[in-house]
This record gives sequence, structure tokens and C-alpha cells, in this order.
Amino acid sequence: MMLNRNHIRNGLAVLSIVGIAPVVQAADPAQMTAAQCGGCHQLKGPASDSLQVRRDRKGPPLFYAGNKFREDWLVGWLQKPVRLRPAGDFAPAHVKASPKGEVVDPTTLGDHPVLDAGTAKEVASHLMTLRPNDALLAKEAYTPGGISPRMGAMDFVKFKGCGACHKDTPKYGGVSGPELYTAWQRLQPAFIVSYIRDPKAWEPRSLMPNQHLNDGAIHKLANFLKVIGKKPEETK
Amino acid sequence: MNMLTRLIAVASVAAFPAASLGADIGKGRILYDVYCAQCHGTGGDGKGVNASKLAVQPRNHNDRTEMSARSDSELFKAIKHGGQAVNKSVLMPNWDGNLNDDEINELVAYLRHLCCEPKK
Repeated sequence: MMLNRNHIRNGLAVLSIVGIAPVVQAADPAQMTAAQCGGCHQLKGPASDSLQVRRDRKGPPLFYAGNKFREDWLVGWLQKPVRLRPAGDFAPAHVKASPKGEVVDPTTLGDHPVLDAGTAKEVASHLMTLRPNDALLAKEAYTPGGISPRMGAMDFVKFKGCGACHKDTPKYGGVSGPELYTAWQRLQPAFIVSYIRDPKAWEPRSLMPNQHLNDGAIHKLANFLKVIGKKPEETK
Repeated sequence: MNMLTRLIAVASVAAFPAASLGADIGKGRILYDVYCAQCHGTGGDGKGVNASKLAVQPRNHNDRTEMSARSDSELFKAIKHGGQAVNKSVLMPNWDGNLNDDEINELVAYLRHLCCEPKK
């Protein structure tokens, strides 16, 4: 179902009539985002340290979306969402047994709502204002560089073990973490670097290990994401 | 208590020393679900959802023989500092940046539960 700002405005108005929500004169960006995203995403910090919350949540937190995403990617993705986490936000909740071991159970995975262009733009614009972690990004001094795809893949898969949980191509890699072959298109470079450096600084119950990498090693991984994440038109 | 029972009791204490005693199995279970099940499987059989993509298969934590050959301190070290710290695969990451020592001990206790306590 495609949702637009009128659905949200009408929905909020109905809620206000029955006394569930305050009267809404207009669907301002914060209210619109709360209505669209608040059911599955945490929109206000701080991040929870609870294991139960991490296990039971339906989607990643968005309260630092402005420190994480590229706005142009957000606007496009909200209109044509594709699954970024092959096994959902918490993989063990979306598996079933098979003769070869556990596999993703697609019947347990819900589709992300589709927004119309205007709503997507307004929601993305508001999400980009959520920037509680500017200080973390300010610590990073990263200038994107290059790396040979072969060396980068070897580092990513064999030396750092990232491929255990993340796909670096649509065909190869683990499924419990978000795919990373479009990471460069959707994430800010400084966020990539900061998250690799210290995942727990962003999420106390991040499922990504902190490998205590130095700047060079972190930048090498980020450069690999840049190489594999270029849009087709950028590689011509 | 006959001699055989005493021997079994002594062997059990030797195999499962201090770290796993008294730790919270319930907390260990949810820690395992959150951090370990993605590779080691929700039941600990080593066939988690990522396993088929891995060059080295995750340890089967239900394997009593294999797990009994590992001391608590070795399991603690593998979780805290990663597989390389115990001459195993780099695919087992170090969790010292995510988990504190108490939590790692709770995981070790849960591993003992997985491998070596009768299934209900």
C-alpha cells in the first residue's frame, strides 16, 4: 500500500477525535515521520542497552538517521524500498530449519511501506535533522580512496571476516547483517568509518564486533565499500 | 555415594570449572540468541543462518565430546578475543568490545548447558 501525507493527516485527525492523540492541525514533518516510522523504528534516543529490546525490535533505530544516511538515497529508497537485511532486523527471529541448517523464512518478513514522492521527501528531510552523534562523526578524518576489488574482497572476507554476516555482492556473504554492496550509496562515509571503529558507540547492543582496527585498516574497508557500492553509471 | 558417582562428580567439576558455576543460564540464553545464534544456530548445532556461507563451519555447541575437551577459560578466551586467540578461525570474532566479562561468563555457562545438560 502506498501511503501519502493525506493518509497520515487523516489518520492523526481520527486519533485526535477519539482522544488518542493531540489535535493535529497539519501533518508537520515530525508528526508525519512519527506516524510513518515510529511503529517499527526508534526515533528518539538514547539507544537502549536492553537485550530484549534488541531482539524484539522490528527495524533499526532512526534517531541518528541524519548522521547515518545520504538524503538522496533515503528519498529514493522510501519510494522503492528493497530489503537491505536479508534475514530481517534480527536474523534468529526469521529462520526456519532445513536439511542444510537454518535458512531465512521469508514468510516472517514484512515489506516496508512505500511512500509517495512528496511524503518520502518530507520524511527524509526530517530524518536528516536527527543528528545526536555529530561529535562521533567529527572525530573522523577520512578521505575516500581506492583499493583493488580483489584485494579489498580478500581483506573483507578472509582477513576481517566481515563476509560472515554481510554480503559484498548480491550472491556472496552472510545474511544476518545488512548487505553492503549498496552501503556507499546509502551511508555517509564518516558514519561508515565511525561505525566500523566503534559500533557500540552508536548502538549499545550492536551485533557488529569491534575489531579494534587502526585508521588505516578502517579506511581500507571503507574504500572497499566505495569500490563495490558505486552506481552502475559511476563505473562507466 | 559410590566410587563411580564420585569419579563422575570430580570429572564434572574438572571439566566445568569456576566460570560456568553460578552464572545466569537465562541471561546466557538471551545473550546467545542475540550474538551467537546467527552463526551457531538457534539451537547451538552450528548450523545458523550464516553458516552455509562460511568457509569454516561454526562449532556445534551440542557436541558433548568436543565441548568437554574445551576448558571454561578457553571458551572465555575464544569469545572475548576471537577464534584466532585460540588458534581457530578469524570468522569467530572477538566480542570484547561488545560484551563485558560477566556476560561472557554467562555465555560460557550457557554453552555448558547446551552441550552437556539433558535436553528436556
